Amino acid sequence: MAKLDPVQLRLLREVADLHEVPEGAYNIRANGEAAGRNSTANIEITSKTDVSGIDIKIKDGTKNESVHIPVVMSESGLKEMVYNDFYIGKDCDVVIVAGCGIDNCGSHDSEHDGIHRFFIGSNSKVKYVEKHYGSGDGTGKRILDPQTEVYMDEGSYMEMEMVQIKGVDSTRRTTIAALKDNAKLVVRERLMTHGEQTAESIYKVDLNGEGSSADVVSRSVARDQSFQKLDLCVNGNAACSGHTECDSIIMDKGRILAVPSLEANSVDAALVHEAAIGKIAGEQLIKLMTLGLTEAEAEEQIINGFLK
Amino acid sequence: MLKLQNISFTAPDGGKAAEIIRGIDLDIPSDKFIVITGPNGGGKSTLAKLIAGIEKPSGGKLFYEGEDITELGITERARKGIGFAFQQPVRFKGLTVLDLLRIAAGKKLTVSEACEYLSEVGLCAKDYINREVNASLSGGELKRIEIATVLARDVKLAVFDEPEAGIDLWSFNNLIRIFEKMRVTEKKRTVIVISHQERILNIADEIIVLSDGQVIDQGPRERVLPEIMGAKFTADICPKME
Ligand SMILES: Nc1ncnc2c1ncn2[C@@H]1O[C@H](COP(=O)(O)OP(=O)(O)OP(=O)(O)O)[C@@H](O)[C@H]1O
Ligand SMILES: [Mg+2]
Repeated sequence: MAKLDPVQLRLLREVADLHEVPEGAYNIRANGEAAGRNSTANIEITSKTDVSGIDIKIKDGTKNESVHIPVVMSESGLKEMVYNDFYIGKDCDVVIVAGCGIDNCGSHDSEHDGIHRFFIGSNSKVKYVEKHYGSGDGTGKRILDPQTEVYMDEGSYMEMEMVQIKGVDSTRRTTIAALKDNAKLVVRERLMTHGEQTAESIYKVDLNGEGSSADVVSRSVARDQSFQKLDLCVNGNAACSGHTECDSIIMDKGRILAVPSLEANSVDAALVHEAAIGKIAGEQLIKLMTLGLTEAEAEEQIINGFLK
Repeated sequence: MLKLQNISFTAPDGGKAAEIIRGIDLDIPSDKFIVITGPNGGGKSTLAKLIAGIEKPSGGKLFYEGEDITELGITERARKGIGFAFQQPVRFKGLTVLDLLRIAAGKKLTVSEACEYLSEVGLCAKDYINREVNASLSGGELKRIEIATVLARDVKLAVFDEPEAGIDLWSFNNLIRIFEKMRVTEKKRTVIVISHQERILNIADEIIVLSDGQVIDQGPRERVLPEIMGAKFTADICPKME
């Protein structure tokens, strides 16, 4: 990783927990250019020829392997659109770590829009971790508009951990998924906005197969003047089960709009949604204060726990 | 140790609710095990909250180790060594038992240290340490974790509000042992327990009886307990509504 500057290395730690070149397959993108790539016997990464982005092909039966594809941006005013496609074979068990960190110390907006598509083969198991992070004290905004599409074959399992805790000024994240028979999707989203930030998170899950299921849980905290819109939609088109939950803490002058929706097109679809928005319970603050924390420290602990 | 001078408290949104605590004078001696008892609604929990700084008195003054703490907030009082176990413990989404004990201890407790506090309250650490302090815990479990958070702190004055509530017979024996231990420990501690339980009253050095927002009796157990157990305190008969 000789090509990365200290800011980029810090971003890499924030978004992918990486301190050095990761094991296994990886593709590191820094300021719009490839900064390192490694394919393995089972996981092949190639550049797209028509647009910017990569194809990641994972062979049938690949187990206990990982792919890291972090993106870091440290140059103000960069705007990019990247297409990454994951072709995951049958009977795989892999971990995919994505993530984008933007440091903007300048006055121009920096924007990374990634379109990720996952084609998951039957009976494969995928854990996907995506962290978004922003830093820098410039006036230029840090913008991330990711779009994720997940196509799941029979009996496949996908667990998505989507985290955006700090520093992204504006985000509109859209995730769509389509599930065949007995496929299962689990989403855990953690979102925190502060300052003047806005975040929109949209999920649209189509449960098309018999026995398919989805469990989408979003926990968020809106501080200062920030605004969040959480739009969680599950369509049950077969004998399936779906559960969505948005649980939000609102603080200061934050605003949250939660729009959970369910659509059942089969009599055997069992769908549930829960949504709750509220401020931190006064008694929680009081309890932690009796343990010696200040009110601000207590708030911090409660939020950290909530978003863990 | 703790002195209450003409403390009164009126609920802010009181309306006709009148005074809940009515001009209480109390002197809590150091290193003693004090039990406060009295009828439901008598003002015991309110008094405990006034001591912890959760409620501010509408009149009067509080002195702690000679210092006027009337104007001090919850955090400052906690940092001076006042601990408080709630009658109704609070639940937290996302914080684990270990997190809470670490916050209580104010340092990075090791797992084995945390384990000790939990086993003191009769909980097996391996089953609980990573559990979230949320709605999935039973009332009695939560109550015992609440007590453990006070044990994990280095307090000089510990106030327990009905620690026995919802706790099973086996853990109750444990609880008695904890209180016995707290009074003989080398670290001097003053313990105030609000309780209705005879077995807790039985180990008190001193008993305070609070009724209708006033202290109606305070003295050594040997004198006060027989009076409570006698016919002197019976609940008023409720007048029939027409
Ligand atoms: N914030 C409040 N607003 C109005 N009334 C209150 C408030 N807090 C307490 N009270 C009333 O004050 C009285 C004393 O309450 P408190 O909880 O201190 O009683 P207690 O002695 O602890 O009772 P118990 O034995 O049932 O725990 C009760 O009648 C209660 O309803
Ligand atoms: Mg009470």
